[in-house]
Amino acid sequence: MITKVRAHLSQNEPLIFERSSPGKIGYQLPELDVPAVDAVQMLGTENVRAEIRGFPEVSEVETIRHFTRLSTWNYAIDYGMYPLGSCTMKYNPRVNELVARIDGLAWAHPYQPDALAQGSMEVMARLEAALAEITGMDAVTLQPAAGAHGELTGILMIRKLLEKRGNPRKKILIPDSAHGTNPASAVIAGYAVQPVPSSTTGALDVGILERIVDEDVAALMLTNPNTLGVFEHDILRIADVVHAKGALLYMDGANMNALMGMARPGDFGVDALHLNLHKTFSTPHGGGGPGAGPVAVKKELEPYLPAPRLKRSGKKWAWEYQRKHSIGRVRAYYGSFGVLVRALAYILAHGGPGLRNVTIDAVLNANYLRKKLEPHFELPYTAPNMHEVVFSDERQAKRGVRTGDFAKRLIDYGFHPYTVSFPLIVHGALMIEPTETEGKRELDHFIEAMVSIAEEVEKEPEIVLTAPHGTRTSRVDEVTAARKPVLRWK
Amino acid sequence: MRYLPKSDSERREMLDACGVGSAEDLFSHLPEAVRLKRPLDLAPGISEYEIVQYFRDRAAENANGYASFLGAGVYSHFQPVLVDTVVSRGEFLTAYTPYQAEIAQGTLMAIFEFQTMICQLTGMDVANASMYDGSTALAEAAMMAVRATGKGRLLVARSVHPEYREVLRTYAHNQRLPVEEFGYLADAGMLDSEDLEAKIDGLTGAVIVQSPNFFGIVDRVKEAAEIAHRAGALLIVVFTEAVSLGILEPVAEADIVAGELQSFAISPSYGGPFAGIIGTREKFIRQMPGRLVGQTTDTRGNRAFCLTLATREQHIRREKATSNICTNQALIALMATVFMTVYGKQGLRQLAEQNLAKAHYLAGRVKPRFCGKFFNEFVARAPGKTPDAINKALLRRKIIGGLPLARFYPELADSMLLCATEMSHRKDMDAVGEIFA
Amino acid sequence: MYPENFRYTKEHEWVRVDGAIGTVGITNHAQNELGDIVYVDLPKPGTQVSQGGTLGSVESVKAVSDIYAPVSGEVTEVNTVLADAPEKLNADPHGEAWLVKIKLGTPGEFEKLMSAADYQAYIGAEK
Repeated sequence: MITKVRAHLSQNEPLIFERSSPGKIGYQLPELDVPAVDAVQMLGTENVRAEIRGFPEVSEVETIRHFTRLSTWNYAIDYGMYPLGSCTMKYNPRVNELVARIDGLAWAHPYQPDALAQGSMEVMARLEAALAEITGMDAVTLQPAAGAHGELTGILMIRKLLEKRGNPRKKILIPDSAHGTNPASAVIAGYAVQPVPSSTTGALDVGILERIVDEDVAALMLTNPNTLGVFEHDILRIADVVHAKGALLYMDGANMNALMGMARPGDFGVDALHLNLHKTFSTPHGGGGPGAGPVAVKKELEPYLPAPRLKRSGKKWAWEYQRKHSIGRVRAYYGSFGVLVRALAYILAHGGPGLRNVTIDAVLNANYLRKKLEPHFELPYTAPNMHEVVFSDERQAKRGVRTGDFAKRLIDYGFHPYTVSFPLIVHGALMIEPTETEGKRELDHFIEAMVSIAEEVEKEPEIVLTAPHGTRTSRVDEVTAARKPVLRWK
Repeated sequence: MRYLPKSDSERREMLDACGVGSAEDLFSHLPEAVRLKRPLDLAPGISEYEIVQYFRDRAAENANGYASFLGAGVYSHFQPVLVDTVVSRGEFLTAYTPYQAEIAQGTLMAIFEFQTMICQLTGMDVANASMYDGSTALAEAAMMAVRATGKGRLLVARSVHPEYREVLRTYAHNQRLPVEEFGYLADAGMLDSEDLEAKIDGLTGAVIVQSPNFFGIVDRVKEAAEIAHRAGALLIVVFTEAVSLGILEPVAEADIVAGELQSFAISPSYGGPFAGIIGTREKFIRQMPGRLVGQTTDTRGNRAFCLTLATREQHIRREKATSNICTNQALIALMATVFMTVYGKQGLRQLAEQNLAKAHYLAGRVKPRFCGKFFNEFVARAPGKTPDAINKALLRRKIIGGLPLARFYPELADSMLLCATEMSHRKDMDAVGEIFA
Repeated sequence: MYPENFRYTKEHEWVRVDGAIGTVGITNHAQNELGDIVYVDLPKPGTQVSQGGTLGSVESVKAVSDIYAPVSGEVTEVNTVLADAPEKLNADPHGEAWLVKIKLGTPGEFEKLMSAADYQAYIGAEK
């Protein structure tokens, strides 16, 4: 029985271009306080465009209605839980939105004199210090704009260190359970990728690792806990094996929500890691970005951090550009400052004990779901899980229902689906991560929904196979979208 | 804690269901040697009011109430109120990436509109759902050109934003792609086509130019296109000042356009987050990095939107992906979309005209160093006064002057880059004129 | 289902030989596993391929699969039908939706590949 949602009228709305008509305006600019100029004279006839063909022409009222109507077609954290594994879809605190908009911070130009940017620099310095403490590392760069960007930055630093030692080496080892950005980043950094299989317990196969780490390996890229939500128990041995051959250990910090205040990557042998501020540190997903992917490193990698870096000069902050061994810039300016403000606000709200409680509740929530869902779903790996749990669709597949279908039916129950078909080492994966900002009531609703759908799979699979039924849009034709791409309105 | 919605009794019920005495028991499987044995060395959590106060104090340590003539890739423009109203809606702000199309049509349709507007502005056939920023958009465009042509050498104009060129080098270096620069004309501030002609060869995959360029000059892109295409290279055109597209004719000869949308109601915010774009021709679609939204139908025959051509991307293609990028700067792109909608066809034109008027008024007070035509920025110098001295004097009048160019162009150490937008006041421009004189 | 005069590979390609030319495609098992095919990426005529080397790739909405050359040689012809109608690869993988023709470079390769019976046993075991 569906209890979390009920049908409701939602407004239709065409594309903004279909609403437009010539002459409608939604803006007003102040009068010029200087003389107007002739564009053709100033720019040359050949450089002046006739018009922006097809651009919208609507009033302010239509603009607000258009986007408001569109917004009502979305699910969001503000509506309810996203059980998406590895995404850490936690509550986005609103005070973070307020502080990011304070004029002195929002209007700061990256090139304004350092003396007039001390506030922004202090914010960044404070965040660097906090992230270093949380991860147990020595130095942090806030430049990377996203997790994948951070991965690339981290691998580039490792490369530079190894070059300095005489040989950048050729390949990066990546577990077969890894997120797709890991191998993609390694390749952009100029390395070949060699997969490392997981063992039957879902952990990295240390025996195989020992056999394949050689002097051609630059690094092992590991996620810990891994994408099954399982902590790599042999992590110290893994770090030793990697280091013994002169390679480095890079950690994908996507699952940091499981570790805060409990264990620190810097303490278990990690040389470099990136964090996802839009996951662990609550900055909003915004429908697909912006995020930020700071990278934390051990002392040995500090010289290679992207330039410039913050340096304390008496009582003031300054940007140090002359950094001989830096890998260079990975983006213009200093970082996604607006995202950094939100992450710092989150850290200030919790403090040390608070972040530890976040991790505790995240792990409690995931274990509660595991306990309640275990009777109904196949659990391929039975090791203790931390902040997320991965089931497989094996039982449901017997009735012809796969994880993707099951997920679509979950939508009818008022939830966003869990992560479907990832990690790849589980056939037909259901990857579930509730995060700590879900209360028992929401979790119980979720359990109810999952159990109910599992029953439907047994008794009337058709309703699951053709879901969703209650949404504005039924299943979309992704095949035609790929065969005959239409990527703009004409 | 206000973000943790569990009462003690609920916690107890859940622990009982898990069969453990305390929540810490759930961590007992962690190896002893990795456990953190002390509390994190961070100040205790503070209240909402204290958080606001902390950031207000930081904001007070930045410039407040100054007029500014800084541009150089980040521009001061009015931000229509509606932009913030729309992106503050929880359904946009707290929504996930639209992988589940049925419950993300709001995000998807907005991105589809965004892609369309970028095509309309740039004259390209297709645009993606945005990149991290202009600098990484350029780096990705270059890699795209290399994939498309099979040729690895990159030629970039010195008049392209210096930090963008630095980012390009970082990306190119590790892919073993040689990057070489060609110069600009000392009098006009435009690219030196003879230098380009001399340096281009059959191994060049892309020629990269910016217009308006870093000096604000509307550059001779058609000439660069002709030279590039003759040599079998692609032309990548970069823009950092999106408002210029309101009045400047898009470059028809461009194969790829890479740019920055910060001007479209995105706060300067000390350098980010911003949103870059890549636009290109139909034939290069499959080489494009980043997310793409396509139009399709649902099972009932209604128009619907979804992410498409995902097989280019990292989560499927993994090490063979067109890029490692996962995010698109969705919320930032949405801000730009609302901005473009509010101004619309007429407004963006009028906005560009106002920028042109303001900057040319300033140029009447402070003679531009280059004779090339410019949009809203130009390079200037004062005889006998260093840029630092000028800026110091301006600061006393609560004006932040232009960017001294010494750090990026030693040959222009006596000059600064000035930008005037629709936000610049006549009296402040007059003050700049006085100090320069 | 699986033509007797074809030979098959473990990567689910088939090849049929007429004189000096081999015609290559993917098997029905392959297209079934892939689901709705949206795009096929094939080499240009004139490309040299070696046995086991990547020939191109096939894409469904959510997956990409590399196609490997079952025999060595030079690509002489590419099936242009698939550019506009990739769905034909689902409909008729052994016939209309052949992928490329290769001028055989190394004698003896064809004979060493799996027969139809061996292939059917192979895919039966895979399950």
